[in-house]
Amino acid sequence: MNLFCVGISHHTASVETRERYTSAPAAETLMRESGCTETLLLTTCNRVEVYGVAAEPVATTDLARWLAVEDAKSDSHDPGIFYRHEGEKCVQHLFRVASGLDSMVIGETEILGQAKKAYEHARNTGSAGPYLHRLFQRAFRVAKQVRTRTDITRGAVSVGSVAVDLAGKIFGDLRELRVLVLGAGETSERTARALMSRGVRDLRVSNRSYDRAHALASLVGGSAVPFEHWMQHCADVDILLSSTAADEPLVTRALLEPLLGERMHRPLFIIDIAVPRDVAPDVNDIEGVYLYDIDSLRTIADQSIATRRQQIAAGEEIINEHVADFRKWFAPRAAASGGSEGPIIADPAFGTQES
Amino acid sequence: MDRQLLILSTFCYLIAVVRTAMGLRHGTFRPGTFNFVAIAFGFLLQTAFLSVRGHALRRCPLTNLFEVFVFLAWSVALVYMLVGPAYRLSLMGAFTAPLVFLLQAFALLAPIDVPHPVTARANSWLEFHASMSMIAYGAFALACVAGLMYLIQERQLKTRQIHSVFYQLPPLSDLFAAITRLLWLGFGLYTAGLVGGFFTGQPLPQFKVICAFAVWLLYAGVLLGRHLRRLAPKRVAVLCIVAFSAALSVLWAINFTSPHLPPQ
Repeated sequence: MNLFCVGISHHTASVETRERYTSAPAAETLMRESGCTETLLLTTCNRVEVYGVAAEPVATTDLARWLAVEDAKSDSHDPGIFYRHEGEKCVQHLFRVASGLDSMVIGETEILGQAKKAYEHARNTGSAGPYLHRLFQRAFRVAKQVRTRTDITRGAVSVGSVAVDLAGKIFGDLRELRVLVLGAGETSERTARALMSRGVRDLRVSNRSYDRAHALASLVGGSAVPFEHWMQHCADVDILLSSTAADEPLVTRALLEPLLGERMHRPLFIIDIAVPRDVAPDVNDIEGVYLYDIDSLRTIADQSIATRRQQIAAGEEIINEHVADFRKWFAPRAAASGGSEGPIIADPAFGTQES
Repeated sequence: MDRQLLILSTFCYLIAVVRTAMGLRHGTFRPGTFNFVAIAFGFLLQTAFLSVRGHALRRCPLTNLFEVFVFLAWSVALVYMLVGPAYRLSLMGAFTAPLVFLLQAFALLAPIDVPHPVTARANSWLEFHASMSMIAYGAFALACVAGLMYLIQERQLKTRQIHSVFYQLPPLSDLFAAITRLLWLGFGLYTAGLVGGFFTGQPLPQFKVICAFAVWLLYAGVLLGRHLRRLAPKRVAVLCIVAFSAALSVLWAINFTSPHLPPQ
């Protein structure tokens, strides 16, 4: 019995190449055509993978052809972009994928949901049998353990999500917060969207061009504020997100301090993502004001990325324990069914490849 | 027998302290059930100790400084058990365990467990006064712990120096809500204890009364300042630490200046 995985991912192919394989066939079709006894397709924006169980080895070229979109089926399929893992390596690969160790952003958790969805689909269509069932159930368990026992998911890794995380650490619940966005650029939009996704309901946008402020406000579900009135809102809001193209700081200590008296010691979180900066650095010296510029947000994001990288070894350790455990379950069954569970079985088409 | 229970209890707290310290040192600390279980066991053993001693004395075990410290440690753990999980401030256990450990270790190591012959019958008002005051001290101690957590978190946010503990600490708003509730809880219990003191039917030492009122006024001032929005959250957090240090010193002073009297 051969347990294998053939796939293409951001490690091996560009997005243009991956696009040729995103329209994967139905798992049951693939199962029928490839001669596998069980198959499962995992397709995300970063990977297309087939997990299969077959009595006889299935050539990677065949799988590549089946995975290709209709227009590309007759093209030649570069074997170099496909990886193939068999037996224990396949198990290890899936555990790494489900745990987010193989993701573009290490530790991201979206992949686990996608893997669960793929498994659900395969189960419902009957293309996943006892081996894949056991394998994926174990993969979900491993992913949970890696997430809870290591810091692989700790900290945000993008400027926008760092800002949202910090807001959470200052205010806790973001639903009742009032946010003022100064500037209606792309970065403002991204960060405003991130805040809205965390429950912010009162979002005001102010821009030199009122039309642009109005456009962004409509886009994210906020309200527009005339640029000449933004200062009055400073006394009222909890988060000030600034990203204008001003050459001089718009917010200075002398300007802000008198407004803060009305706030009754409510904290004010200022996110300054403008270059040059919109907020004078000494504003951070005011009690209850937390000022973060683009560099400080990036530093925190980089710190999180570094932490996540450091946690890979700890994650691998957990994975290896489970791989060994799974092998104990799989090996006698695979042997009894007449095949080899192999560590690696040579692929008749490409030989053995590892990503 | 009773001291052995207390040693075991102290050991439970020590386990929580060591585990937390190692976790923080390696950057792998995460508040889980371990700390809570260690504190819960420590608390049960403390309760057993106080029960055994209370039965032997036939009164609330607050007859010497040793018992005062143990009762205080027990009150801190009690308030933590009631408040910490309810406010989802599980990390508070990491900060509570060292405080309780230090209080108990000091009580065990210092030569303060001097038996005090109390011949008078147990006075229920006196016991009410003493126990309420001690549990109030427990709430003040927890407010001090939450204040310390607030200052650590605030400093990280202000200086933008984010350490691993940042992700485990609750948001500033939650910490401040916990501080306020603990202060009100402690203040209510302390006031009840103070009022109860006037019904004991015993002569009240002037120094003790002044000290008790000074502590009451200090906490009343902090709460009033916050209620009128005159004090910023950071100042309240600092004052929680200052006020608890002062309250502990007062407790110490009362016991030193009245060596012939039980601390009640």
